[in-house]
Amino acid sequence: MDDGEALLEIQQVSKMFGSVISLFEICTMVRAGQVTCVLGDNGAGKSTLIKILSGVYQPDSGQLLMDGKPLTLHSPRAALEAGIATVYQDLAMVPLMAIWRNFFLGAEPTKGWGPFRRFDAETAKRITREEMLNMGIDIRDPDQPVGTLSGGERQSVAIARAVHFGARLLILDEPTSALGVKQAGVVLKYIVQARDRGLGVIFITHNPHHAYPVGDRFLLLNRGRSLGDFAKSEISLAELTRLMAGGAELEQLAHELERTEINVDDAGLNEVEDAV
Amino acid sequence: MAATTTTAAADERVARVGLFKRLVVKPELGSLIGAIVIFAFFSVLSDVFHSANGIANWLDPASTLGIMAVTVALLMIGGHFDLSAGVQTGTAGIATGLLTTYYGMNTFAALVLSLVLVLAIGFINGYLVVRTKLPSFIITLGMFLMLQGLNLGVTKLVTNTVQVNNFDQVGGYKVLHSILASTVTIAGAPFQIAIAWWIVFTIVGSWVLLKTRFGNWIFAVGGDQNSANNVGVPVGRTTIILFMITSFGAWFVGNAQIVRLTSIQAQTGFGQELIYIVAAVIGGCLLTGGFGSAIGASLGALIFGMTSQGIVYAGWDADWFKFFLGAMLLLAVLSNQYVRRFAEQTRR
Repeated sequence: MDDGEALLEIQQVSKMFGSVISLFEICTMVRAGQVTCVLGDNGAGKSTLIKILSGVYQPDSGQLLMDGKPLTLHSPRAALEAGIATVYQDLAMVPLMAIWRNFFLGAEPTKGWGPFRRFDAETAKRITREEMLNMGIDIRDPDQPVGTLSGGERQSVAIARAVHFGARLLILDEPTSALGVKQAGVVLKYIVQARDRGLGVIFITHNPHHAYPVGDRFLLLNRGRSLGDFAKSEISLAELTRLMAGGAELEQLAHELERTEINVDDAGLNEVEDAV
Repeated sequence: MAATTTTAAADERVARVGLFKRLVVKPELGSLIGAIVIFAFFSVLSDVFHSANGIANWLDPASTLGIMAVTVALLMIGGHFDLSAGVQTGTAGIATGLLTTYYGMNTFAALVLSLVLVLAIGFINGYLVVRTKLPSFIITLGMFLMLQGLNLGVTKLVTNTVQVNNFDQVGGYKVLHSILASTVTIAGAPFQIAIAWWIVFTIVGSWVLLKTRFGNWIFAVGGDQNSANNVGVPVGRTTIILFMITSFGAWFVGNAQIVRLTSIQAQTGFGQELIYIVAAVIGGCLLTGGFGSAIGASLGALIFGMTSQGIVYAGWDADWFKFFLGAMLLLAVLSNQYVRRFAEQTRR
């Protein structure tokens, strides 16, 4: 599982904002068909890392390698052209608009000529339905407004859209944080779907119970520094949780988590394995 | 287990969206029902109302209003208001009138110049809204007041009166009259040509909105500006063009008016801006943007026309008209609110 070329390598990446070290010499990598989870509490530097990967910020030192070649991202558009798609928390979707209109927003297929050039609705609806089917969702009515979809379904539309527009590497910014337990499980399945279609996935979360079942690699961040970059074989869920929580609050947290841990190990893992 | 959950969830959702809910999200449905009810209501009260003459009579005010309602609806779906839309009709007509009758300019050159003038006003409206990110309400209120003063001031300065007269003396008036103000006799009743233009505006507006990329951008910009921006929709350009489309409508309506009446008052269009918004809202446009239809706005204008004339035919005091209009506006706003809640409800 751990062999194969890295799709994206992050080497010694640092970012400063004035005198604040937001990220310090972060290293990790993601392979095609694998999920790398970036875990950290609030203020750990997760957002800064996403913004570097999606071209919003440029690192002060260190570099990114895509397919082994150095990659410089000057803008979000450059990241998209390199095949890196970021699904932000707000999903960049308009709730009142139909699914197919959202799917192609900003990149509408057209047909016709001159003043009669028009939005090719049939193609848009057909592709939307196909791409959603590939994600395992049967959208029989692409005319439904996105707002009527559940949070998890909306995530899947955003993911399907990124995949359709040529993403090779998918960055998911806390896709499960605003969701209920059931919906979070659904989104985890979509992550596995994307992985199985050969995409590299970077999954940002602060929840080790969401990360561990789907992740192949785990990067732990704390206050801008790496606490370690582990392959799944090198770390257990308990260890991951312990590292996330940090020393002082550990006792109390372990106590709180005792019961949920069982749930995740049983339900979460089984669910994901079934999906695979 | 997982696979079955997915299919089950999907089926559940598809089944949930019944015919009623699918119709409810069609923005023009409410106004269509309203138009039918009002037509039936006044038809019962008055035989003239549904005669050819009667129809020609109430289609007339509906047509000029309808042209503006369509352009204003596009702007509202894009998330903005234009309170200066009414006075811009005056500005356009006065500009054409003064340039021809007082400065002897070629009529068609004057028309082009007046178009350039109002498009510039629309551009300034849009540009200020985009750059300052202030509510369009306040920006166009400023523009409204400025133009109101300018229309009156300039007209008085040039003509020493508050109107521009003698437009029928200008070159090419006959051509203009046949294009913008002639009547077509159908079933013995004179129908204004503006009705045909109204239909053209409605079809083009609806086509742009539903069938083009730009239309998709209008919905997106009005629905969620941030999201639209994130996926690469040119938000600023779309907004500015929408304001210019409204100005184009004002140019058309203002000039149609000076051609038809052969004169134009400096006060032309004052207060109309709210009627345009009323028509668009009755037609299903949300005040918050992102939802609505051009056909709906036209139906809103139709309702306005039918009610204003219907009350006269029914032999009632015309004062009741405003009451009816207000009641319909309230009803429309309430049902729009319901539609929006349905469309935006989330299941988490």
